[in-house]
Amino acid sequence: MTKQYETVIGLEVHIELSTKTKIFCGCSTEFGGAPNTHTCPVCTGMPGTLPVLNRQVVEYAMALGLATNCRITQVCKFDRKNYFYPDNPQNYQISQLYLPIARDGYVEIESGSGKKKVRIHEMHMEEDAGKLVHDEWDDTSLVDYNRSGVPLVEIVSEPDMRSADEVIAYLEKLRMIAQYLGVSDCKLQEGSMRADVNLSVREAGTETFGTRTEMKNLNSFKAIAHAIEGERERQIELLEAGKEVVQETRRWDDNKEHSYAMRSKEDAQDYRYFPEPDLVPIVISDEWIAEVRSRQPELRSEKLERYKREFDIPQYDAEIITESKKMADLFEAAATTCGKPKKVANWLMVETLRLMKEHGMEAEDLSFSPANLAKLIDLVDAGTINSSVAKKVFEKIFTDDVDPERYVEENGLKMVNDEGALKEVIEKVIASNPQAAADYKGGKEKALGALMGQTMRAMKGKADPGIVTRMLKELLKD
Amino acid sequence: MANRISDETIEYVGILAKLELSDQEKEAAKADMEKMLDYIDTLNELDTSGIEPMSHVFQVSNVFREDVVTNGDNREEILANAPQRKDDCFKVPRTIG
Amino acid sequence: MDILGLTALELGEKIQKREISAREAAEAALAQAQLAEPVINSYVTLDPEGALKQADEIQKMIDAGDLSSPLAGVPVAVKDNMCIRDKLTTCSSKILSNFKPAYTAEAVRNLQKAGMVILGKTNMDEFAMGSTTETSYYGPTKNPHDTAHVPGGSSGGSCAAVAAQECFGALGSDTGGSIRQPSSFCGVVGMKPTYGTVSRYGLIAYGSSLDQIGPVTKDVADCAAFLEAVASYDAKDSTSIRRDDYRFCEALTDDVKGMKIGIPRDYMGEGLDSEVREAVMAAAKVLEEKGAVIEEFDLGLVKYAIPAYYTIASAEASSNLERFDGVKYGYRTAEYEELHNMYKKTRSEGFGAEVKRRIMLGSFVLSSGYYDAYYLKALRVKALIKKAFDSAFEKYDMILGPAAPTTAPELGKSLSDPLKMYLGDIYTISVNLAGLPGMSVPVGKDSRGLPVGMQLIGNVFQEKKLLRAAYAYECATGKQFEQPAQIKTACGNSAGENRVENVQADTAKEAHQV
Repeated sequence: MTKQYETVIGLEVHIELSTKTKIFCGCSTEFGGAPNTHTCPVCTGMPGTLPVLNRQVVEYAMALGLATNCRITQVCKFDRKNYFYPDNPQNYQISQLYLPIARDGYVEIESGSGKKKVRIHEMHMEEDAGKLVHDEWDDTSLVDYNRSGVPLVEIVSEPDMRSADEVIAYLEKLRMIAQYLGVSDCKLQEGSMRADVNLSVREAGTETFGTRTEMKNLNSFKAIAHAIEGERERQIELLEAGKEVVQETRRWDDNKEHSYAMRSKEDAQDYRYFPEPDLVPIVISDEWIAEVRSRQPELRSEKLERYKREFDIPQYDAEIITESKKMADLFEAAATTCGKPKKVANWLMVETLRLMKEHGMEAEDLSFSPANLAKLIDLVDAGTINSSVAKKVFEKIFTDDVDPERYVEENGLKMVNDEGALKEVIEKVIASNPQAAADYKGGKEKALGALMGQTMRAMKGKADPGIVTRMLKELLKD
Repeated sequence: MANRISDETIEYVGILAKLELSDQEKEAAKADMEKMLDYIDTLNELDTSGIEPMSHVFQVSNVFREDVVTNGDNREEILANAPQRKDDCFKVPRTIG
Repeated sequence: MDILGLTALELGEKIQKREISAREAAEAALAQAQLAEPVINSYVTLDPEGALKQADEIQKMIDAGDLSSPLAGVPVAVKDNMCIRDKLTTCSSKILSNFKPAYTAEAVRNLQKAGMVILGKTNMDEFAMGSTTETSYYGPTKNPHDTAHVPGGSSGGSCAAVAAQECFGALGSDTGGSIRQPSSFCGVVGMKPTYGTVSRYGLIAYGSSLDQIGPVTKDVADCAAFLEAVASYDAKDSTSIRRDDYRFCEALTDDVKGMKIGIPRDYMGEGLDSEVREAVMAAAKVLEEKGAVIEEFDLGLVKYAIPAYYTIASAEASSNLERFDGVKYGYRTAEYEELHNMYKKTRSEGFGAEVKRRIMLGSFVLSSGYYDAYYLKALRVKALIKKAFDSAFEKYDMILGPAAPTTAPELGKSLSDPLKMYLGDIYTISVNLAGLPGMSVPVGKDSRGLPVGMQLIGNVFQEKKLLRAAYAYECATGKQFEQPAQIKTACGNSAGENRVENVQADTAKEAHQV
C-alpha cells in the first residue's frame, strides 16, 4: 500500500426502548418468553387490525433527542417502509422517513484521538421485527413474533467517525445516555442495541467521499471493531487493484471474520415509503417538550460532579462509578444507607468489577441490593467479620443477593474475639510448630507469617488478624 | 399515449409486489399500466404548486395508548391459521443465514 | 304474517311487542336466502345454525327485559371483508379462502351489542376492488331486479341481499362508492358516513385513508337506525373520531324548508344516462316542492377525482395487501422452491386479475423515482378536491346528484375495459377523497325496470341533514321498499317457510367462476 487512506464511518444505531408494551399494541416487551406468547393480532399483522401508538415511545424518543442536542420535529408522522421478509408480519415496517421525531443533534465523544463531536443527522421511531430461527433438520426457518412491534429508536449519525475507536466511543456514549435516561438497557447481547456501519475509504486529504457499504448484523463492540477493520482493508484492496467499491449491504459473519454481500435479485431495496394512513400525526407543543425536559433525569456529567461534592469521593472513583447508571444507582443508595461512600466506592470498583468480569456481565445485569452491600460494610467496620470473610460474603451477595447479617450468622462466620479461646488455639499452633517458633525467636520475623497462617486456618478465618498478630508476638516472647 | 412500460419495468414491479405474471399477463399488465398512467397524467393539467399533499382529511393528532400491558398469551389463536407451523412458530422456507 | 315485507325497524318493533320472535324472523330470512341464493349468490357464507342460536339468545335477553334496542332480533348480513371471530372471512378471495380470525370487527360488535342476528357474510368484489361484484372468487352476485345484470360493487352482495329480502339490512364498505353505487343499482338505501364515524378495526383494508363502513337498508329510517347502532368512537382505530352526536334517528323529520341544495352541473352533463338524469332531476323537484332551495352550480375538478383516487387507493392497497404472503394465514401455494418463489406463487395464485392489476399499479406509483410525480401529486389534487367541496358547502347544505352515470350494466360487460369501469365511479369517488358523508336513495327505475339512485353528499359530520332530506323525499313520494319482481317470480311467495336444512353452516361455497 503506497497511498494513505482515511476511513469515513457513519452509524445507524437501533436502540430498543424499555417500555412495558410494544409500540402499537398492548403486548408485553419482556425478553425471552416462549415463542409467540407475547403476540396479538396487531403485532402479527392479522388482516383488519390497526396500530395505536404508545405514548411512552414518543416521550422516550423525545428524551433521547433532547439529550443528544437534537431539534424535536413538532409535527411528526409515521411512514410505511415496504419489503417482504417473514420476520416482518405485515411485509411493511411502520417507521419514519419524511418527518422523523428529532433531527440535527450531536454528542461529544472522547477516544484515543481526543475529543470530538459526532453529529446526529436524525432519529426516528419504528417497530422491531420478529425473530427467525433456522431449523437445520428440515432446512426451513421458524418465525417467532415476540419481538415484532417492540419499539425502536434509530439514530442516524453523520459520517463523522474515522476509526473503530471513535465508533466504540460513540456507541458507549449513546448507551450511557440511553441508560441514564432510563429509556433502554442497551444490552448488545440481547439485541437491545444494534449498529449498522456505513463505511467508505478515501485517499487522505481528499474532500469527496468514497462509495460506501453498509454492514449489518453487528452485535458486540468486538464484532463492530473487527468488521470495520475488515471492511476498510477490503475496500482499500479493491481500490489498490484499480477496482470499484460497489454500494451494497453486507452481512458480517463474526465467526468467519468476513463480510459478504446480501444482494439478490429479489431484494430490490426500493422501500416505497408513503405516509402511514392508519396513524395520525403527532403534534408536539413547546409545553410538552419542556415537560419531558423537566422530567429528564440527571445526566452523567451532572451526577459525577454531585458525587464528588456530596460524597467527597475522588474524580477517578466518580468517573468509574458513573460510567453506568446502574452502578451509580447502587453507589448512591448504598452510600446513603451506610454513610461510608469511599468504602462503597471501593467495593464497587474492586470486587464488583472483578466479579462482573469473571461472570461476563455488564453493569445492567447487576442484581444485588445496595442495602446488603451497606450492611456488609457495617459488619466489617463493627469488627463482626474480617475483610477476607467479607470478600467471600460479598460473592454470595453478588450472586444471590443474600442478607449478609443472616448469612454470617447462619454460617458461623463471626470473628472470634474471645481472647481466652484464641490463646488456646495459638498455644497449640506454637506447640505443633516448634521450628517456626524457634526461628522467630531467633530473629526471623518472617516465621511469624507461617504461624499466623496456621492460626487463621485453625480459626477458619474468623479471627481478627491484628489481634492474632499481637497475641502471637506476646506468647512467643515468653 | 405518452407512457411506455418496458419489460424490465414490469419485471421490476413484479419483484416489488411479489407477483409472478405469465407472459400473457405481463403484456396485459403493460397495456393496463400504460393506459392508467396516461390517465393519471391528466392530473398534470392542474397547477398544484404551493398545495400541501393531503394524507389525512382531518386535523386529528396525538392519538395514543398508555403503556399498559393488556394482552396475555394468545399463541394458539395467533398460530391457528398458520399454513405451516412447527415448535409454536410459523414455518417458512429457509431464509439466509 | 309477511315478515319479509317489513323494514328492519318495523320488524324490531314487532319483536319487542312479542308479535314475532327473533327465531321466526331469522327463519324467514334464512328461508328466503335458501330460495334466492341459487340465483342471486349474495352470500359467501350463510350460517343458519349460528343465526338461530344468536336469535334464541337474543330472544332470552329481550324476554328478560335486558335488550330493548329498536333493532334487537333483526336478522342482518355483513360484507365478507369484516372479521367475525371464528367465522370464515374471505374478502371473496382465494388467498383468504380458509381464514378464520380470532377477533371481531368493532362495527360488527356494535351490531351484536344492538342485538342484531348475523345471518352470514356477503359476497363482494375481491378485496373490494371492483364495481360489479364480478371479481369475487366465489362467482358473481346477480342483481335481484334483473338477474342478467350486475348488482354493482363492491358491496354487491350486501345490497343484493337486502333487495332480495335475504336479510333486513346489511353492512357494506365504501372506498370509492362501494356502498352507494350498488345501493343505487339494487334499489336500496346505502350510506357512506363521514370518514372516522364507524371504526375500521377488523375491516380488512383496501385503501385505508378512504375505507369506511356503512349501512345498506330498505329505507331511510332503517338507515338512520343502523348508523346509530354501528357508529362509535373506537380507541383501537387511531383514525376514529369521537362525535358529539350519535342520535341519527332524530334527523327523521319531514321538513326541508329552506334547505339549500346544490346540483353540480359537472354531475349532470356528458356521460350521464338520460333516464338517470330525469329520475334524479324529478327527485330534486320533489324536494324543491317541499320547500328546499335548489340551485345548479359548478363544483369543478370532477374529472380529476378518478385518476387521483386510483393512484392513492392502489398505492395503499399495494401495501395493505402485502401481508397476504402464505406465512401467517390464508392460502399458501402447494409447491415452491424457496422463500421468494413461495411468496410469488402464493400471491399470483391467490389473487385475482383486478387485485393484481391494482397491486402492480400501486407498487409502481410508489416506487423510487415516481413517488413525487404520482403519489404526492394525487395527494395534492385530493387537497384541491377537498377545497372545492369546502367552498360548495359554504353555499349549500348538501349536494344532490346521481350515484352512478347509468343503471346496472349487464353481467360480463364491464371487466374487459377497466378504465371504462372506473369511470362509473365518477360521482362517488371524490366523496371518499374528501372524507364526506354520502348516501344513495332509490328514486325510480329506468325503462328496463332497473333502479336509479339519487346521491346526497353532505359536509363532514352532516349525516343528519342527508337523512332528513332523504326522509322528506320518501314521505313526499310515499316510496316504500319494493320487492324485486324477479325474486317474486323466481321464489314464489314463500315467506316464513322454514327451509334451511340444505344450507351448510359456516362453509364457503365452491368457486363457480374464477
